[in-house]
Amino acid sequence: MFYKNIGQIMLLFWRTLKAVPNAWVERKKVYDQLFEIGNASLLMVCILALFIGGELALETGPTLVERGLSGVLGRMIGLSMCKELGPVMMAILIAGRIGSAMAAEIGSMRVYQEIDALRTMNISPVNYLVMPRMIAMVIALPALVIFAIPVGWLGGALVSTFNASISVSVETFFHDLREGIAVSDVVHGLVKAFVFAVAIGLISCHQGLVTIGGPRGIGRSVTKAVVNSIVMILILDYFVTRFLIYFQ
Amino acid sequence: MSASPQNNGNVGVAVRDLHRSFNGNEVLKGISFDVKPGETFVIMGPSGSGKSVLLKHIIGLEEPDSGEILIADQSVHGSEVLSHYRVAMVFQSGALLKSLSVGENVGLYLTEHRLKEPEEISRIVAEKLEAVGLKGLEERSPAELSGGMQKRVAIARALVVDPQLVLFDEPTSELDPLMSVNIGEQIIQMRDRLHPTIIVVTHDRDLAFAIADRIAMINEGQIQFIGTPDEVKHSRDPMIQKFIHAELTNP
Repeated sequence: MFYKNIGQIMLLFWRTLKAVPNAWVERKKVYDQLFEIGNASLLMVCILALFIGGELALETGPTLVERGLSGVLGRMIGLSMCKELGPVMMAILIAGRIGSAMAAEIGSMRVYQEIDALRTMNISPVNYLVMPRMIAMVIALPALVIFAIPVGWLGGALVSTFNASISVSVETFFHDLREGIAVSDVVHGLVKAFVFAVAIGLISCHQGLVTIGGPRGIGRSVTKAVVNSIVMILILDYFVTRFLIYFQ
Repeated sequence: MSASPQNNGNVGVAVRDLHRSFNGNEVLKGISFDVKPGETFVIMGPSGSGKSVLLKHIIGLEEPDSGEILIADQSVHGSEVLSHYRVAMVFQSGALLKSLSVGENVGLYLTEHRLKEPEEISRIVAEKLEAVGLKGLEERSPAELSGGMQKRVAIARALVVDPQLVLFDEPTSELDPLMSVNIGEQIIQMRDRLHPTIIVVTHDRDLAFAIADRIAMINEGQIQFIGTPDEVKHSRDPMIQKFIHAELTNP
């Protein structure tokens, strides 16, 4: 079953790639999906990123200050948000928020024969459903990560400034952050976000397309889509990091 | 704009020794029959006899374990037969896309294949909805419609294709008798206007006798009998008599 799923996902990936040249023609569907993802996620991304940055500062700040390393707090939070927590946490959020919705919507269309209806009209479900969602996902997730990174920095800066046991000024925080962060670090995070987006899109759409068994089947597909996406995000995170370190 | 299938005229359907099992349970046990071009062919049988599965095989939604289905002498599987011929299917549930309006559903084939300009599509959609008695409902959501109305929208969606072959899966199930008669009339109107080849799966005896040129009786995955409505009525086969009698006493 595991190998069958992998095979089906690879096949879906190949078919989606073949459908990408139609993206301009199908741009309205891509815009609709982009709006859906952005509209559903932007506020959550802000809240999550702000608190991740703040929490990082809260956990590490006092220890660093105690050991006279307050000058590296900005750099540490900056790098963490760029390379790891920004892309990984945003991908997990999107898997839960958007991947589940994709699996539910496509799964429902499968159960209620809407996908069969598309096929009888010679409309490819990959062109009509999967490709626009995949393109929207690979645009939206890196964009959300770009948005989340500075919000996370801000969260870290606020806690570093106003927490009595840290008390690192905003100027010091951002000065150190500027010194420690290069464009390549942001690119590192965006590459991860892109890979995670492909994984979430493929897993969620695949789960939707193979849904069977009525409303309970839709529920099962949604759960599988979210759990499998999160597991795959964490596995891919390790391998993409190794790959990027190799090329640094 | 992409090209629409240019083949005109009706298409015949041939089913050859079709076998299909699900989890070891053989649902279709060597089904064979021919449907002539322009014919209205009704497949009748009790629930669970394999009628709907057979229909899905005919349109290529399911793959058989063995056997072959030919539309205009081309195998349905492994070929582009659906892109060469205008084929439509009306599903038991209607299978309207819930995320689209009624008008968008009806015009979906033309929109997605870019066969007409948007204004022309709107005009055709209005015309087809009027043909099924649902004029002016373009902006409504499928969820706002009754089961019978959804089926009529599905018929309008099939009409838009200007089909050479139409398949109906239980078109009158879950409908009241009046609406069942209405759906039967819609099928007859489609037949008289467009002369497509029509295959209908149903257990509605009245509908079958009203529209069929020939009727195939299917039971436990096998064709029991094929004949005209009169031949079916006068058949001595106990299963057929039992089925018809049950329908008469429990419509």
